[in-house]
Amino acid sequence: MATHNIDLEKTSVRDINQALHELNGTEDRSEWRITNSKGRHAIAVGIDAPLSVNIEGHVGYYCAGMNKHATVTVNGNCGPGVAENMMSGMVRVTGSASQYAGATAHGGLLIIEGDASSRCGISMKGVDIVVNGSVGHMSAFMAQSGRLVICGDAGDALGDSLYEARIYVRGKVVGLGADCIEKPIEDKHRAELKQLLDKAGITDCDAAEFRRYGSARKLYNFNIDNMDAY
Amino acid sequence: MFEKTIEKWLRESATFPLPVIADIQRAARTGIYDIRGFGAKRHMPTFDDLVFLGASMSRYPLEGYRERCDTSVTLGTRYAKKPIELKIPITIAGMSFGALSAPAKEALGRGASEVGTSTTTGDGGMTPEERGHSDKLVYQILPSRYGMNPDDLRKADAIEVVVGQGAKPGGGGMLLGQKISKRVAEMRDLPEGIDQRSACRHPDWTGPDDLAIKIQELREITDWEKPVYIKVGATRTYYDTMLAVKAGADVIVVDGMQGGTAATQEVFIEHVGIPTLPAVRLAVQALKEMDMHRKVQLIVSGGIRSGADVAKALALGADAVSIGVAALIALGDNSPEYEEEYRKLGTSAGYYDDYQDGKDPAGISTQSDELAAKFDPIKGGRRLANYLRVLTLETQTLARACGKSHVHNLEPEDLVALTIEASAMAKVPLAGTDWIPGNN
Ligand SMILES: Cc1cc2nc3c(=O)[nH]c(=O)nc-3n(C[C@H](O)[C@H](O)[C@H](O)COP(=O)(O)O)c2cc1C
Repeated sequence: MATHNIDLEKTSVRDINQALHELNGTEDRSEWRITNSKGRHAIAVGIDAPLSVNIEGHVGYYCAGMNKHATVTVNGNCGPGVAENMMSGMVRVTGSASQYAGATAHGGLLIIEGDASSRCGISMKGVDIVVNGSVGHMSAFMAQSGRLVICGDAGDALGDSLYEARIYVRGKVVGLGADCIEKPIEDKHRAELKQLLDKAGITDCDAAEFRRYGSARKLYNFNIDNMDAY
Repeated sequence: MFEKTIEKWLRESATFPLPVIADIQRAARTGIYDIRGFGAKRHMPTFDDLVFLGASMSRYPLEGYRERCDTSVTLGTRYAKKPIELKIPITIAGMSFGALSAPAKEALGRGASEVGTSTTTGDGGMTPEERGHSDKLVYQILPSRYGMNPDDLRKADAIEVVVGQGAKPGGGGMLLGQKISKRVAEMRDLPEGIDQRSACRHPDWTGPDDLAIKIQELREITDWEKPVYIKVGATRTYYDTMLAVKAGADVIVVDGMQGGTAATQEVFIEHVGIPTLPAVRLAVQALKEMDMHRKVQLIVSGGIRSGADVAKALALGADAVSIGVAALIALGDNSPEYEEEYRKLGTSAGYYDDYQDGKDPAGISTQSDELAAKFDPIKGGRRLANYLRVLTLETQTLARACGKSHVHNLEPEDLVALTIEASAMAKVPLAGTDWIPGNN
């Protein structure tokens, strides 16, 4: 299949997004190669088709935002909010990602091969996020569901006010946020972890090396006896 | 026994009047602050403190019922390819499915559509009932992002980024567990029956510079078709308006402190934010200074009840108003027909404000199927349409009296203030004087 080559020095972000949206709702699996991204914002947002989009270079804010079905690869680093509110599909970042990676995403898989900054997976609502490196503070803040896998370390206040999302960390955790606790890791957890690592193509981490964190569910219903936590 | 002890005048303390004493007693009994719905109940300067001058020797009025007085308004002319055209300058404010029942949301859509205006989703996402019955539907993007998805975004006619609400600027939300039915829980990706916090900050942007990029993303996703509104609670309204313009808003929604809410701490409702009256004036001042008045449209809300309120908001420079509590009352909230049930809940028709509780006998602010089934969305929609028609007729009556062939031709010059406070806030002269406090 022919690859569409788009040079963002010659085509605007508006035009490339419009061209991608023309395929929304179809089963089109065409390949798109975007060059000269140069940190531009909102590249490849709002796609709703099983396209394959390769971005050669760094991107700004909200790359692949609200993605459905597409596979978007950023060969570079990402600004804030990569794959925010993603519904399905896959987004892979070969470099590192800034704040709020995968924020509020409902589904699909976000892979960050480098590190992710603060608030990775904030308010996540079903997405799976695999970070090969470390994540910054307040990651998985108010995370509702889905799984966050951190192969490196996690910053302070991990999983603060967590709901039903599951967090796996291989390295050190600076500190846990309110209502986030370590939970025993059972075979079924190792199995899901291995599956996620495999899907993300991470081969040098053993599922046995991770710890699991989740919600203590103490803040689920307001209770004055939990005053200290509020 | 009581009479026997009255041998001297019982003097109520101004510092500790009976309601304050009751509040202290309640706090001591329960150990938790009061959370309720409705809006601020305290006195504050309002549009009631302004009056129109009407036509006179130097101004010609228009003939009632004969000479046209237009009420149409177009929102989103700055960037959107498809601005919203409304027949009347009164819209229905965002009220969440979750806070309100599905049939109540449907009725809001029916009523608004019947008279050619828009309705707005709310925290918790878009329901098919609401989309199906609303000709024009504004889709809110809130910090919680409950139910947020690109399909509904594309189905919307406009997008409203909610930064804050007048009832609680700087506050998030809390939908209490008793209102988290299976359907509400599923829409919000959370377990049933737990209290759901709605965050007070957006998860993926901080500050106006980020918001500008966020709005760019939303426009890119929707191919620059839809107007993007920014809604703020009234506080630092002058600066917020300027920052919203800079962030790329097509429309700014300013919600005054008396604006309604589904569930907020009483202390927040009554003590944070500024009233709608000064907020309109500040927003218009900012828009004018930026040469953006009428280019970026201004919607004002918070305590709008009558055509007089609508006309005064427009005269001060708003393009449209938005209503929440008044719309619910039109649907049947606080109706005397439920007096018996209200009594059982320890309240009375006209005082009911426990929207957070889910026990609404009118079937409006509830998620109980049984209670919601009592509410008829067709009848409710018709009542809302009636009410919106009355608001429109009243607005036109006042505009005609001032000689205006379009309600947008009303201007501050048509108004004077009855109190020094209102005069200072609205910057219209105190009646009978040419004095505006603060102006030289
Ligand atoms: C029951 C109820 C639910 C509300 N839910 C929301 C909401 O989800 N999002 C929002 O921005 N504002 C919400 N509001 C505030 C309204 O959008 C609006 O700002 C306010 O009601 C206007 O003031 P008024 O009620 O005096 O007309 C809600 C208000 C009420 C009464």
